[in-house]
Amino acid sequence: MAEITGAQSLIQSLESAGVDTVFGIPGGAILPAYDPMMDSKKLRHILVRHEQGAGHAAEGYAHVTGRVGVCMATSGPGATNLVTPIADAHMDSIPMVAITGQVPSHAIGTDAFQEADIRGITFPITKHNYLVTKADDIPRAIAEAFHLASTGRPGPVLVDISKDALNAKTTFNWPPVMNLPGYHPTTKPNSKRVKEAADRIIAAKKPILYVGGGVIRSNAAKELLQLAELTQIPVVTTLMARGAFPDSHPQHLGMPGMHGSVAAVGSLQQSDLLIALGTRFDDRVTGQLSSFAPEADVIHVDIDPAEIGKNRFAHVPIVGDAKETIIELIAVLKDEHKAGRIGNYEAWWANLNRLRTEYPLGYDHPTDGSLSPQYVIERIGAINGPDAIYAAGVGQHQMWAAQFVKYEKPGTWLNSGGLGTMGYAIPAAMGAKVGAPDKTVWAIDGDGCFQMTNQELATCTINNIPIKVGLINNNALGMVRQWQSLFYNNRYSNTDLNSNRVPDFVKLADAYGCHGLRCETREEVDKTIEKAIELNDAPVVIDFVVHKDAMVWPMVAAGMSNSEIKFARDLAPQWMRSDDE
Amino acid sequence: MSRHTLSVLVEDQPGVLARIASLFARRGFNIESLAVGPTEAVGVSRMTIVVNVAESPLEQVTKQLNKLINVLKIVELDNSAAVQRELLLVKVKADSKTRSAILETVSLFRAKVVDVAPDAITIEATGNHDKIQALLKVLEEYGIKELVQSGMVAIGRGAKAVSDRTLRSN
Repeated sequence: MAEITGAQSLIQSLESAGVDTVFGIPGGAILPAYDPMMDSKKLRHILVRHEQGAGHAAEGYAHVTGRVGVCMATSGPGATNLVTPIADAHMDSIPMVAITGQVPSHAIGTDAFQEADIRGITFPITKHNYLVTKADDIPRAIAEAFHLASTGRPGPVLVDISKDALNAKTTFNWPPVMNLPGYHPTTKPNSKRVKEAADRIIAAKKPILYVGGGVIRSNAAKELLQLAELTQIPVVTTLMARGAFPDSHPQHLGMPGMHGSVAAVGSLQQSDLLIALGTRFDDRVTGQLSSFAPEADVIHVDIDPAEIGKNRFAHVPIVGDAKETIIELIAVLKDEHKAGRIGNYEAWWANLNRLRTEYPLGYDHPTDGSLSPQYVIERIGAINGPDAIYAAGVGQHQMWAAQFVKYEKPGTWLNSGGLGTMGYAIPAAMGAKVGAPDKTVWAIDGDGCFQMTNQELATCTINNIPIKVGLINNNALGMVRQWQSLFYNNRYSNTDLNSNRVPDFVKLADAYGCHGLRCETREEVDKTIEKAIELNDAPVVIDFVVHKDAMVWPMVAAGMSNSEIKFARDLAPQWMRSDDE
Repeated sequence: MSRHTLSVLVEDQPGVLARIASLFARRGFNIESLAVGPTEAVGVSRMTIVVNVAESPLEQVTKQLNKLINVLKIVELDNSAAVQRELLLVKVKADSKTRSAILETVSLFRAKVVDVAPDAITIEATGNHDKIQALLKVLEEYGIKELVQSGMVAIGRGAKAVSDRTLRSN
């Protein structure tokens, strides 16, 4: 067999693993890999401007394609710059492989130039990681990394390769023999448990389908719709699950959690049975854990056994893939229905319908004539429709984008849910657009987030990745400011960004080779969005100058019971009417 | 809170101990004792980890450990159904007046003298946690100059091996 270098073996391994896109930046230790990369016919390498951008782009790409996203960086600072997106992918279960160069193996441990123990650093934020110091081990490490990242509960895997391994001679064999004796994720649910779940669903009076991001990861949206329609049980979709169930569907009560709809939050609080699918009882959903859904029994379906019972006891624990479990549950329920055993949730629906009618999501237009951020986001969603892809940063604009854009399809909503990474939107939108070039991809971003990662607009312009950026510019770190308004007596410590003075976002867009537009009035909103849609020869940035004091409602204050939700400042919903108490 | 003994079979690969230690630290679990060594199977190491936790965090520890790719199997060894041993090496002050009393203690505990100097005796003892503690308590009055102790190792009683099914299936 012909001898090649470890670097060539790496590139061939990536090609053989089905990779078509790599986001990265070269540097000293990874340099050998970039030489054969230049000749690859199958790999498109996109040179980003910061490694964090490469990581989030890989996440965005993975999100829309359902395939493993790949990023690459050099040793030391290149690798440490990947830490945030790796942690982000770990929290949100994104399949990702990060490849980093490492100093030559003889120099490891000597504090060599650009040396960082990236394997040690990423122990707690990867599903698994490798340090490869022999060229012969490269194909196996890459094959295992892709297998681990994409199966079971997806997640990031890091492969750190020393420079001497990249330079050494080796031979290439594919597929290599994988050696993972300790890894066997359970995807098939236990049928006895599924039957038990079906029995409880039929017996329940107030069940709720509490749907999380796992439903999207397991590609189970279609099956979820069947299950919901078969049982007539109400559905809530968490921040990570927006799009898993159509917003237009009459059984959808919206998003639960800290900024969830009154109907969604209230349904969980009053429920007698939570059917939790691919979700992890995150604190942003449960609020104060001890008072969360106090009357409910729990059916918990998750592919990760460690999530079951972690935060909340599960009466029916089911370890399995969401899709396989839902399919099996549907089959059992159909048999039960045929035998005349069918749940009756009419009284439950009557109460939920009242909550949803009386406390719809809403917002006021500012009285001073300035632009309402919620209106802008609502119009972006309405005009672009459910086929577009929306990526958000973190903060107020993220919550409004989760609330006011109407999602109908899985994979159309990208955000940093678990880690809450400001700056996620621009690079994630870039990666999404690369993965789905025919879709319109919007980054709905804040002026704070935007200034953390907007350098990737250069990458977008140079590589012809025409994303649209709806910049919700309120001159402030809005969510922090909201908390200062509510809990710190309006003392605005270090949240004023002065974005009205600097930078000029339209000029900045122009400097990056993008179209820069500005919109300051309600009348211009639709027109500006439509213009942005027409401009496809370069990325577009719209500076929406919005009111500073708008707040995200409803809201459950941190650490409080979900029953203490306010749908506007100081306004609490009435859970029960006196006549149905 | 109670003491639990976990037997953890792991792939013998660089970094495994660090992964496990990092997991315990990150999830806020305290390791009371830890011992690592080879097993009857090539490439497989066994860790005996003693943790002091309540029942439900113990389930979390086990589940989180199981998620580590290099972890092959975890078994909790019930205290009553397992043989548990710690190794102790202790250097005790000894002169002509105390030496014979110390030697008597050594023989009572079925311990061994491994080194004698004019003013000290070094003793080796194995046993379960309680026995080692009891021996130390008696030796304390003579003056302990130096003490080193291993983590606990444990093995289940009876014919069954912890590794039985795991290793065969691989």
